[in-house]
Amino acid sequence: MKSHQSALTIILLSCVLTTTAFSATASSTEASTNVWRDVPPGPPDAILGIAQAFRECTAENKVNVCVGAYRDEKGQPWVLPSVRSAEEIMLSSENKEYLPIEGDAAFVNKALRFAYGANAPLDRIAGVQTLSGTGACRIGGEFLSQFYSSKNILVPDPTWGNHHKIFKECGLTVGTYRYYDRSTNRLDLQGMLEDLRNAPDGSTILLHACAHNPTGCDPTDEQWDQLLDVIRQKQHLIFFDSAYQGFASGDAEADAKALRRVMDAGYPMLLAQSFAKNFGLYGERCGTLSVVCHDVAQKDILMSQLKCIVRPMYSSPPKHGSSIVRTVLSDEKLTQQYYQECASMADRIQTMRQRLVQALQNVGSSHDWSHISEQIGMFAFTGMSAEMCDTLTDQYNIFLTRDGRISIAGLNDDNLGYVAKAIHSVTDGKSITSN
Amino acid sequence: MILPSISRSVLRQHSKAAARYATNIHASRTMATSSSPWSQFEMAPTDPIVGLNEIYNKDDFPSKVIVGVGAYRDDLGKPYVLPCVREAEQILMDKNLDMEYTGIAGEPKFVDLALKFVYGEDSVPIQENRVHGVQALSGTGGLRVFGELMAKHGHKHIYVPNPTWGNHIPIFTNSGLEVRKYRYYDAESSDLDFTNMMKDIKDMPKGSLILLHACAHNPTGMDPTMEQWKEMSETIKKQGLVPFFDCAYQGFASGDPVKDASSVRMFVEDGHLISMVQSFSKNFGLYGQRIGALSVVGADEDEAKRVVSQMKMVIRPMYSNPPRQGARIVTTILEDPRLTQDFLDQCRGMADRINLMRTLLQDKLAEAGSTKNWDHITKQIGMFAYSGLNKDQVMEMREKHHVYCTADGRISMAGVTSGNVDYIANAIHDVSK
Repeated sequence: MKSHQSALTIILLSCVLTTTAFSATASSTEASTNVWRDVPPGPPDAILGIAQAFRECTAENKVNVCVGAYRDEKGQPWVLPSVRSAEEIMLSSENKEYLPIEGDAAFVNKALRFAYGANAPLDRIAGVQTLSGTGACRIGGEFLSQFYSSKNILVPDPTWGNHHKIFKECGLTVGTYRYYDRSTNRLDLQGMLEDLRNAPDGSTILLHACAHNPTGCDPTDEQWDQLLDVIRQKQHLIFFDSAYQGFASGDAEADAKALRRVMDAGYPMLLAQSFAKNFGLYGERCGTLSVVCHDVAQKDILMSQLKCIVRPMYSSPPKHGSSIVRTVLSDEKLTQQYYQECASMADRIQTMRQRLVQALQNVGSSHDWSHISEQIGMFAFTGMSAEMCDTLTDQYNIFLTRDGRISIAGLNDDNLGYVAKAIHSVTDGKSITSN
Repeated sequence: MILPSISRSVLRQHSKAAARYATNIHASRTMATSSSPWSQFEMAPTDPIVGLNEIYNKDDFPSKVIVGVGAYRDDLGKPYVLPCVREAEQILMDKNLDMEYTGIAGEPKFVDLALKFVYGEDSVPIQENRVHGVQALSGTGGLRVFGELMAKHGHKHIYVPNPTWGNHIPIFTNSGLEVRKYRYYDAESSDLDFTNMMKDIKDMPKGSLILLHACAHNPTGMDPTMEQWKEMSETIKKQGLVPFFDCAYQGFASGDPVKDASSVRMFVEDGHLISMVQSFSKNFGLYGQRIGALSVVGADEDEAKRVVSQMKMVIRPMYSNPPRQGARIVTTILEDPRLTQDFLDQCRGMADRINLMRTLLQDKLAEAGSTKNWDHITKQIGMFAYSGLNKDQVMEMREKHHVYCTADGRISMAGVTSGNVDYIANAIHDVSK
């Protein structure tokens, strides 16, 4: 049972949350007016707050490279045609009934196949439908907090900011392991191995399945060998967060390689899966949380416990997004179409990635931007400092997160040159590495 | 802190599992699944309401009937999607909208319309812009966000009526609040236990949260009269309590959404700074879309907005932002006068059919030869009839007659049809004579 008695919580991006025990001893007639009086304003969310600032900005040349949502070559949101087709089908075929607590079984089945592969032993994988990746991490974290012997979870440094908040809310002790070497803008394998070795045995290790957010830096196969060696020795529990399958390389099978390797090797693992990016279903909140079990009996037990976590949180998941995914993946033609559409998003991003590096060279930057070329997924982790990012926003109306992360999906022909020039301006003569 | 039994069993399982795992952890060198971290866990109990569907589905009996979950059925026993909802969906398709993330608090237009729907556009706090809220994952989601919010802001307990919707208990317990009960229903007389309820309210410590069902109390269907609500409002004010409304049946109870919001509007007029969760599952038939709202009436605009900012702090690490489709459907309907009228008509149609079934069921019970007093079936309001059947009778009804209701004897009237009402009446009579 988690405690809500903490007085101070320090979260990743240095906002301080205070909880205030406000007085309940007001006089009887004034009691009503005292109810909310002492509630302080909550700090704005780092990423979503910047997105809001972008919306409110009136400058004509403003550029949004902040939120990780795909944009087409005209800078517009893009609903996949296969998704639209699914919605048309659903207009006449779907009712509005409650889904079961664990979600749409047919959807979960398709989703787990998509992640774990055609030969996966689904009968011993406990899977529930969740509210996208956030919801999956929350359910998984609550599950670990209640049922797993270790309360330690280690997340990479850096990671998606919300990871810290989610697992803290679950009552877990959140630690970090070194991941990204800012002095080389590459994976810090030695630091990572050392931190995993130093963690208490049986800790939970959160790993990004592919296209690490925010760095875009993934371990190679050989680096995975070494990581898994240590994880095996320490009997750590792996918790994969998979938000970009299909979207990272354009090949859904390839993007799932790491997590399938772990599963095939028999490691116990959890998987949080999101369909926000690869299906473009951001606002419909569609995902899964799954736990690989020993056998069917164990799976049934875990399903019953997962349901006990879901029911008092939101009873059952929302069905629009899951029905779309199920409809697409149940139709051969739509499935083929979907894979092409997802690959096209990944292709455009990869093209823009290479062109950004080219453009930076063209405007005269002498920095080594090769890390951007090598990174994978939606983001470029530039290495720019917070001050440089602030200047980009204040002077150039380019909105990005203060860790130097750019969403490449936000780049297009119209703004690429402008962005390259601006980045060059703020980085020229300064370092894009740090210790 | 008094823990309900489900939490005690969870804790027991956890400590047993932890003890065994700690001894096993160094035993095996391989990562084979024999050293699974999950091997010691026990099966959790099924949810009493939702689990009923699972049992029902396994039954082969051709005439089986389920009157369990509160989901409306038409007179053929089929799920019903409101025509105005279908029309709204077509309108949305034609608009070709994107599927971008909405804000943490959801669609502002939806929240605005939802709050006006229940508080009334001419409500003074609405006019003064001091009612604010967030889109929620229907009732459950709104309750959970509220529970966590209040636990983080100094509250230790919440009072709920006895009985109440079963899920209230684990929602608030998991939020970190101790759940206390106030007397509400007198099973002997199948009536509101008003005198004892008022006694219990007077005993509540100052500043306590008190949960009130806005209308169509679940599971009993017994609501206070307007005079009784008045007395409750005065006493709650005098006691310095914090009233929190659960409003899941507005429009669905009497057929008139304005009438169904009377208790809420009275409290607001009386000056209470209420908080409220609304569900659009039943009245709009949007069950699976998970659409609702959580709101507060602040002393001023800034205060209400501050509370909303704190709600967002709870939501972000729970699900980031809410699903859009349900919000868009409700918005499309409520922002269009003609669609709104269609909605009111269709919602009233559902309420009317349920009330007709109440009358029919009571008649059929008499026809079947029952000499018991079944007045409460037509006196109660909303989706459920709190039959008064005890657990043994409910089980016998399941086993012998294949009629499924929850163990507390709560019958979802929405599941009663002109085709099955005879069968149900006979079954009830048979186990209760």
